[in-house]
Amino acid sequence: MSVLIDENTRVVVQGITGGEGSFHAKQMLEYGTKIVSGVTPGKGGQTFEGVPIFDTVYDAVQETKANASVIFVPPPFAADAIMEAAEAGIKLVVCITEGIPVEDMVTAFEYVKRNNTRLVGPNCPGVISPGKCKIGIMPGFIHQPGQIGIISRSGTLTYEAVGQLSEHGLGQSTAIGIGGDPIIGTKFLDALELFKDDNNTKAVVMIGEIGGTAEEEAAAYVKAHYEKPVVGFIAGRTAPPGRRMGHAGAIIAGGKGTAEDKMIAMREAGIHVCESPAQIGATVVQVLA
Amino acid sequence: MKIHEFQGKQVLKKYGVAVPEGGVAKTVGEAENIAKTLGGKVVVKAQIHAGGRGKGGGVAVVTGAEEARKAAERILCMQLITHQTGAEGQTVKQLLVEKAFEIEREFYLGITLDRAQGKNVVMASSEGGVEIEEVAAKNPEKILRETVDPNVGLRSFQATRLSLGLGLDGSQAREAAQLIQRLYDAYLGADCSIAEVNPLVTTKDGTVLALDAKINFDDNALYRQKEFLEMRDLDEEDALEVEASKFGLNYIKLDGNIGCMVNGAGLAMATMDIIKLTGGEPANFLDVGGGASAETVENGFRILLSDPNVKAILVNIFGGIVRCDRVAEGVIEARKNINVNVPIVVRLAGTNADVAANMLEESDMDFVVGDGLKTAAEKVVAAIN
Repeated sequence: MSVLIDENTRVVVQGITGGEGSFHAKQMLEYGTKIVSGVTPGKGGQTFEGVPIFDTVYDAVQETKANASVIFVPPPFAADAIMEAAEAGIKLVVCITEGIPVEDMVTAFEYVKRNNTRLVGPNCPGVISPGKCKIGIMPGFIHQPGQIGIISRSGTLTYEAVGQLSEHGLGQSTAIGIGGDPIIGTKFLDALELFKDDNNTKAVVMIGEIGGTAEEEAAAYVKAHYEKPVVGFIAGRTAPPGRRMGHAGAIIAGGKGTAEDKMIAMREAGIHVCESPAQIGATVVQVLA
Repeated sequence: MKIHEFQGKQVLKKYGVAVPEGGVAKTVGEAENIAKTLGGKVVVKAQIHAGGRGKGGGVAVVTGAEEARKAAERILCMQLITHQTGAEGQTVKQLLVEKAFEIEREFYLGITLDRAQGKNVVMASSEGGVEIEEVAAKNPEKILRETVDPNVGLRSFQATRLSLGLGLDGSQAREAAQLIQRLYDAYLGADCSIAEVNPLVTTKDGTVLALDAKINFDDNALYRQKEFLEMRDLDEEDALEVEASKFGLNYIKLDGNIGCMVNGAGLAMATMDIIKLTGGEPANFLDVGGGASAETVENGFRILLSDPNVKAILVNIFGGIVRCDRVAEGVIEARKNINVNVPIVVRLAGTNADVAANMLEESDMDFVVGDGLKTAAEKVVAAIN
């Protein structure tokens, strides 16, 4: 088993004819993802690599029974694309786009909640259930099917963790890149809930970073509700306060969101916190032994 | 993006928030003239982006044009050191000269995003004029909060509840509530990440006005806020960081001596962390983006080497969609094109990492190839010692 996506997931790609969209649609097809349609307003009726293109997400859902969407639409239009997917009845929307104005996301986040749509991202690498389905931009080949769940705010740091796990022969049930923005649809806590009920997930790795209090909220949840082992890492112990470290959400502001605070909260919740990003794989091995 | 106080007040004024009358001066003569026009008591305030200007000696309350001139002579061009500037301070290049008021009470008012809820929140406190973080830590109950429902915006009853909560009554309560509404309009309309008035004051003659203004814009929304984009002041930013941003590189200078070049923000932070854990000090944060082409790698090296403190460089690239052999090509090419006179440790993982390692070792350039994050960090720290 896996969470969020599997071999039956039917994906529509929003922005399939753009530079990013077309490149990654091809990569996903090669991985074996069932891409059933694409959307680019004005290009309905055309095809891309044999995939039919529609003008609207609604048409794509009606015609191809897509049940998940992935968004590569440029930032000024991305929040609208999220809401269009939710309105069309898509229950899982993965938004890869980086640089969406925060105010647009306040509106879109409220809208998807009201429509009972799950949003992953924005500004994230996507979701992968190895061997079954890849919705996003992560390199598929570093992953292996297995029983470790991964939740991460960062892209390449997730690949690093996956690489370490695979080196130790530990595959992944699902890896969820939740994204580095101040407003994201699926937080650590939400993703932990998903893995909690997945019989095939034996342990969860959560990779956080400075900024916000989502890791602390997740730690409180783990303390109260979790039996599966959780391994954690927080990036940004050396980051200076008040500076945005790449991700819009990675900033220590008003004395809140420091790596130390997060690590303390996680340790108190019984999470196995790694000091070094090089120890993530080895720590999971130890915890499972 | 940060702006100056006087610019923040221009933004507020545009949305109808009451601010003191005044003007900006770049010379002592200009400051004197503004004071003359205003007449009576004026405040002369240094305009730098950092907070804590009053404590650092960058603010003076004086009477008359002659006194204003003296204050301007003292403050203009001074190296103002505050808790936010660092030890070297920031040169004062502009002054805000405005009418001074007999203050009755001081409040705090601020609007920002509450990330936990994904909604905007308006905060007000009767503990104005001091660091709001201090109030939040010591007396959190003294901060009143109103969460804004995105479907309906900030409602009038919420603004009224805040102004009554501050202990205001009668016409002052109405005036303050209106000011809160207008500040929210500014926050939303100008795509602010923070809109803060500290202090908001009531004066002895009964008016309510914003005595200070801290406005930060959401960088992601600047494309649709062109008039405010012009308010950017490059003098207030680190020259290297500005240079890096021209190449689409995300660079932040730190105090150490090991330069890092990494793809992805999370991995870049983790690389800084592991350098520190291994006993070294990172010189910077540098995210070259998911792609890491030959061109970005070369520009990255240039930026890193402009920092004279850099004594060694660690390149850490996790190749996903981008192939490591392409990155290795870029690293070798960059080294040929620019004179790199410090040791370089390269760690490439992911797609075609083996091929890339061979290319680096077989090149006539001198590279240390690090296998794994830990080894790479150890090698770069060893290269310095």
